[in-house]
Amino acid sequence: MDFETYLWTSLAAFLTLAIFSFLYKDNPFYKFAEHLMVGTATGYFSILLWHNSLYPNLFAKLSDGHWYKVWLDSSAPWYLIPGFLGALMWTRFSKKYSWMSRWPMALYIGISAGLAVPLEMSNRVNKQLYAMMSNISWETFIGSGLFDPTSALSQLIVLVGALAALSYFFFSKAHTGAFGVLAKFGIWILMIGFGASFGYTVMARISLFIERVQFLNRSWLKTAFDDANPNHSIWFPLIFWLIVVMLIAYIAWEIVQHLKRRESPAA
Amino acid sequence: MTIFEKMMAIDRRWVFLLLAVVVVGTYAVSFQIPIRINSEVRSIYEFVGKLQPGQIVYLGIDYDPSMQAELHPMAYAIMEHCFRKDLRIIFCTLSQYGSGMVDAAIHDITDSMKLDQTYHGVAYKGRELVNGVDYVFLGYKPYFILQILGMGQNFRLPFPIDYYGRPLDSLPIMNGVINYKQVACVIDLSGGNITDAWVSYGQGRFNFPLALGTTGVMAADYYPYLNSGQIFGLMGGLLGAAQYEQLADNPGPATDGMRIQVFAHIVIIAFIVVGNVGYFTSRRRRATEGR
Repeated sequence: MDFETYLWTSLAAFLTLAIFSFLYKDNPFYKFAEHLMVGTATGYFSILLWHNSLYPNLFAKLSDGHWYKVWLDSSAPWYLIPGFLGALMWTRFSKKYSWMSRWPMALYIGISAGLAVPLEMSNRVNKQLYAMMSNISWETFIGSGLFDPTSALSQLIVLVGALAALSYFFFSKAHTGAFGVLAKFGIWILMIGFGASFGYTVMARISLFIERVQFLNRSWLKTAFDDANPNHSIWFPLIFWLIVVMLIAYIAWEIVQHLKRRESPAA
Repeated sequence: MTIFEKMMAIDRRWVFLLLAVVVVGTYAVSFQIPIRINSEVRSIYEFVGKLQPGQIVYLGIDYDPSMQAELHPMAYAIMEHCFRKDLRIIFCTLSQYGSGMVDAAIHDITDSMKLDQTYHGVAYKGRELVNGVDYVFLGYKPYFILQILGMGQNFRLPFPIDYYGRPLDSLPIMNGVINYKQVACVIDLSGGNITDAWVSYGQGRFNFPLALGTTGVMAADYYPYLNSGQIFGLMGGLLGAAQYEQLADNPGPATDGMRIQVFAHIVIIAFIVVGNVGYFTSRRRRATEGR
């Protein structure tokens, strides 16, 4: 790793530690990293949007590359219509003309709804309902094992579980008697579902932490103290210690502040 | 404050500190744990394994750096497996921060594929992968639903040129490849709405074999699509990646992370147990005291 790359990696390491410092409490390091990320992401996305969308999909179609000829020499001048509609969105910033933004919004929402409704109904409702009810037969009831995911038994659990969970949300009838038992079973089904989601969520959060630990060790620490690397210089460990000293100084400052607060609780 | 009330009121920073100590400590010690393979991950591996050399896999790397930890190992494992099988890959990203990561991943894999390696005891002769012949990277375009629908008509509609600025028609890999019909399967690695769009607007509209790799947070939500046959495989989080690495005999960061996961989970379970014991004991005590 050359020095330039190491410098960028060190910045990434510093920002990683700065973000993790929020786990202790909100602090200037975290705020700096947060603002830097938001700013960088916004800038990056703006440029990306221009180069990948606005320019090739609109401006390139409206001229031969000479800005002063915009749309006059275009072979597809009808691209002015979406361009105009897009420009109308900016009228949101004017109290007087903001009503104009409703036209492109109406078109956009209309097209989106037209696309979404049949496909969403078919794929997220109809197919799911069909899958829930289709495969139950006595021949395949047990499948290749008691909890074989392909077996009809699990299919039956899905069916009963879904009906029970839905019955819990049916508030037009009192949850008493047999219906109450079904609704209570529905709560258990929901809890199992939430538990599975929670388990996966915990795993996801820990995975993020593990990846950062791997990054700090593999890409940063090992490079800083790798004397066998021909590009290695005194600056490598120095930058590491600089970041460590910064963090220690911050912790010391926090302790001093804490002690001051203890001495004068009124403040 | 009784011991049970104290158990419920542990400062969250102690939890974080203990987790950090356990994760770093476990990472420092090198050992392996067995990884059990789920059928939903195995089905992706077997599907890819049965494809004939030259067939095309569409690999959607539709995530940004915040999901890199879980989804990047999946991408590496699948890419490496496909190239080892002499399959060709169409890469694309529908996430605005994804293109740089895809480009870097392609460079990493094309470099590693030059080396002779052995998988499952079978020798693999290293080879040079040619951009435009063995793979193509379409790049990024915003509004993923429109792109998914557009590619269903013709890849050239949303992506007339690839990420490196070359017309798709000039690339040998795209000869005769019009849309999803010429693609053996779509494997989408993503987190968020893009996954839903691939199910509804991709597979639901064009009916191609679809497999998903999702973040752990989302994984549980997509199991119903397995049951309905809308997807043929599902990899959830780092565990899914580790299982694929295991199947492909290609241990990487996900496999490495599993031993750490185990101990981190033990810590979290211990804290959950402590909190629950505290809660139920305090409740019983309050009930006994008539409070």
